[in-house]
Amino acid sequence: MTQAEIKLCSLLLQEHFGEIVEKIGVHLIRTGSQPLRVIAHDTGTSLDQVKKALCVLIQHNLVIYQVHKRGVVEYEAQCSRVLRMLRYPRYIYTAKTLYSDTGELIVEELLLNGKMAMSAVVKKVADRLTETMEDGKTMDYAEVSNTFVRLADTHFVQRCPLVPATENSDPGPPPPAPTLVINEKDMYLVPKLSLIGKGKRRRSSDEDATGEPKAKRPKHTTDNKEMWPLAYSQSQHSRVNSEFQFTFQTQTSSEIVRTMLRMSEITTSSSAPFTQPLSSNEIFRSLPVGYNISKQVLDQYLTLLADDPLEFVGKSGDSGGGMYVINLHKALGSLATATLESVVQERFGSRCARIFRLVLQKKHLEQKQVEDFAMIPAKEAKDMLYKMLSENFISLQEIPKTPDHAPSRTFYLYTVNILSAARMLLHRCYKSVANLIERRQFETKENKRLLEKSQRVEAIIASMQATGAEEAQLQEIEEMITAPERQQLETLKRNVNKLDACEIQVDETIFLLESYIESTMKRQ
Amino acid sequence: MASRGGGRGRGRGQLTFSMEAVGIGKGDALPPPTLQPSPLFPPLEFRPVPLPSGEEGEYVLALKQELRGAMRQLPYFIRPAVPKRDVERYSDKYQMSGPIDNAIDWNPDWRRLPRELKIRVRKLQKERTTILLPKRPPKTTEDKEETIQKLETLEKKEEEVTSEEDEEKEEEEEKEEEEEEEYDEEEHEEETDYIMSYFDNGEDFGGDSDDNMDEAIY
Repeated sequence: MTQAEIKLCSLLLQEHFGEIVEKIGVHLIRTGSQPLRVIAHDTGTSLDQVKKALCVLIQHNLVIYQVHKRGVVEYEAQCSRVLRMLRYPRYIYTAKTLYSDTGELIVEELLLNGKMAMSAVVKKVADRLTETMEDGKTMDYAEVSNTFVRLADTHFVQRCPLVPATENSDPGPPPPAPTLVINEKDMYLVPKLSLIGKGKRRRSSDEDATGEPKAKRPKHTTDNKEMWPLAYSQSQHSRVNSEFQFTFQTQTSSEIVRTMLRMSEITTSSSAPFTQPLSSNEIFRSLPVGYNISKQVLDQYLTLLADDPLEFVGKSGDSGGGMYVINLHKALGSLATATLESVVQERFGSRCARIFRLVLQKKHLEQKQVEDFAMIPAKEAKDMLYKMLSENFISLQEIPKTPDHAPSRTFYLYTVNILSAARMLLHRCYKSVANLIERRQFETKENKRLLEKSQRVEAIIASMQATGAEEAQLQEIEEMITAPERQQLETLKRNVNKLDACEIQVDETIFLLESYIESTMKRQ
Repeated sequence: MASRGGGRGRGRGQLTFSMEAVGIGKGDALPPPTLQPSPLFPPLEFRPVPLPSGEEGEYVLALKQELRGAMRQLPYFIRPAVPKRDVERYSDKYQMSGPIDNAIDWNPDWRRLPRELKIRVRKLQKERTTILLPKRPPKTTEDKEETIQKLETLEKKEEEVTSEEDEEKEEEEEKEEEEEEEYDEEEHEEETDYIMSYFDNGEDFGGDSDDNMDEAIY
């Protein structure tokens, strides 16, 4: 884990879970797998605090544990999962676009709590929806359950590994930690929960089967659903989806590709280079209802897409009216390249961007050739090349003429290594997000006193309005915040919003680059 | 080896490659040498592109801020213990900050967690059952109700500590930290000369009416 990633993880953990969890989490990320006592000793925190922190981290799937020999349990942190926390708002938004408010609230509850039993989620979400609805209306539990089932079907939520039921009567002491197993097929099974009831009053048929005390919970082990990187890969499909919209010229072609992606959401794993082949008949049937294009037009579009030099869609066979696949690897590659180009353009200017694109296209170029092809005077071309070289966007490739690699007799060629440039850019993105978060925290801390004052005033106003106060009194209290203070608050709010929006934007780039790097590494 | 040694001896200013190959001709003005690390905030040549605005951007922004705020309120956000102030105050003993006995506020599924992470499992279970029984006589102000409820649960826990003490001493498997913790707890409890439920920390002094007062006001 690079320093930049560790710094970012530490900031994210601190913001969401507090300092104690942050200390333990960062220590685990830095040092790898460790048992409980060693963690407490190394970080200098009390054993209880460490236990609390580990419970929180395990609950949120940021730390996993393993039982080693002699009964020692070791805990390991997963840095990539912590970095994923940056993307939570995006997941919620994606769920909202696909499954409306119910889906949004389900995903939000799961993200806030790490993992939850299905019944608990359904109840909470239904109650929340009931609050926002008009008086007299209540949210039906069955509706929320249905949305949950749909989320599970499209792999947005996933079941946690279960403790295997002990078949034999265990004479020895129980193991120090359960070994959780999960069957691939069971991952998306939804338990048959018949929850009867709406709104606040509830009777669930499987829960109060016996009047036993709450210590025994009959079926909750099988109920747990968990939000896992699956949501990540799911959103990924939807997001790569939306990226495609911009690359394709016509709306119809983007719609076709979107349909193909939607159909292969479940069948393709997140890092596969190609989607499963789809026949053109299937695509035709799965097109959204509003689209009235005939089969021939669809076939024409598909052939055009397959012949396109960008090579996003490929033809893999002729059965079923033509089998088509989407080349995810190529698509991600071109998206990553476009990102690099735009970064070069924004940072160094459009002439540099021209040189960059030239070197990308021609793969290897000598200095002289760069000047000739780009039609830029030699001095400036040199200057730009060296600037890009120093920032590691471009690299040098040596080709020796003689076996002793004498510099005067070696070719030095400029080339762009997309993978390493993408890695470099990703590292910079992590650094910039960490900087953004720090700056935001700094701004908030500077104006802490003012923020607290304004919160107090708001609370007073709210309580006075509840008890029915006059206008004059409210005015008086509002004036407790003077005009320059109000302005200061406004500036603060604007800055914080801007910084937050920046974080979200950088996170999109991170997502793209990470997907590209992962897809390339899988291929190798 | 010989050539390397020879190169060092002859012409010290010479480079191993010819300058023309790199592109710096003779007599060209070279950029000044860098004598200090690059500035912390280098001046930007080009202004950054404006952020995307629009409904989606604003909605995701609002979601992000709400999520952040919500996570701070959840029991998963562990706040460090309040540091001791310079002077030890009398009321420190009676401040109720944070969960009692270092327990967790929320209930994870203990079957999925290693056993060593449990802090006083049996205690938690007993707490749950006692808290569920409503035992509040109606009071005038809400603040008082809350503090009295807290005090009552504290009282019950105090009773449980003394009763559990005997049970747990008989067990074989007992961790040392738990023992130490218990011991401290007992000492802590015994230090008070006054019954907890009678203590009024004076916050609502002068603010409420004088009925149902069997507590002395200081």
